[in-house]
Amino acid sequence: MSEHPVFDRIKTEVDDSPVVLFMKGTPVFPQCGFSATCVQVLSNLGIPFKGINVLEDPEVREGIKSYSNWPTIPQLYVKGEFVGGCDIIREMYETGELIEHFNTNGIEVQLANPQ
Amino acid sequence: MSVAQNIERKLNEAFAPLSLLVIDESHLHAGHVGARPEGETHFRVEVVSAAFADCSRVDRQRMVYDTLSEELAGPVHALSVLASPP
Repeated sequence: MSEHPVFDRIKTEVDDSPVVLFMKGTPVFPQCGFSATCVQVLSNLGIPFKGINVLEDPEVREGIKSYSNWPTIPQLYVKGEFVGGCDIIREMYETGELIEHFNTNGIEVQLANPQ
Repeated sequence: MSVAQNIERKLNEAFAPLSLLVIDESHLHAGHVGARPEGETHFRVEVVSAAFADCSRVDRQRMVYDTLSEELAGPVHALSVLASPP
């Protein structure tokens, strides 16, 4: 049991799926522009991911901020590790670092629009 | 003092930035959840400071979030951050 009961649930989620996005809304219907951007980036890279809608779970919505020591949502996790929020994901996508990060973690990238 | 001025003052004090932009993007979000009619809810900040040298992206953004924790807990609904070393 960790210091915060919801931490156990969060840890299970990020350990059970290789790529997890804590977001507002769902991957099909994001309810926040920043969450939508992250979904768009992951889709462009053909990365399957689990979206967790924090709007449906107030405990996770607050808990995830302490879990990662990051005060905003969305939050992307790869192989259980926090990678960043929308700004970082976008930056890493633009510089190619995100693809590299997925490759390093053994997650296959399938570009939607290969050059 | 407006929210934007407070953000600017705190970032100047914390990071002695070489360049600093505080952009109020609230008008882009008018009518959305978290927006208020009087504005000053959605900001983008771009900070260049030597304080960010040798820090990861996550750490750099955390430093900015920490500096603006009062604003984030209060009037600011969304804060987009670009924090870079010179």
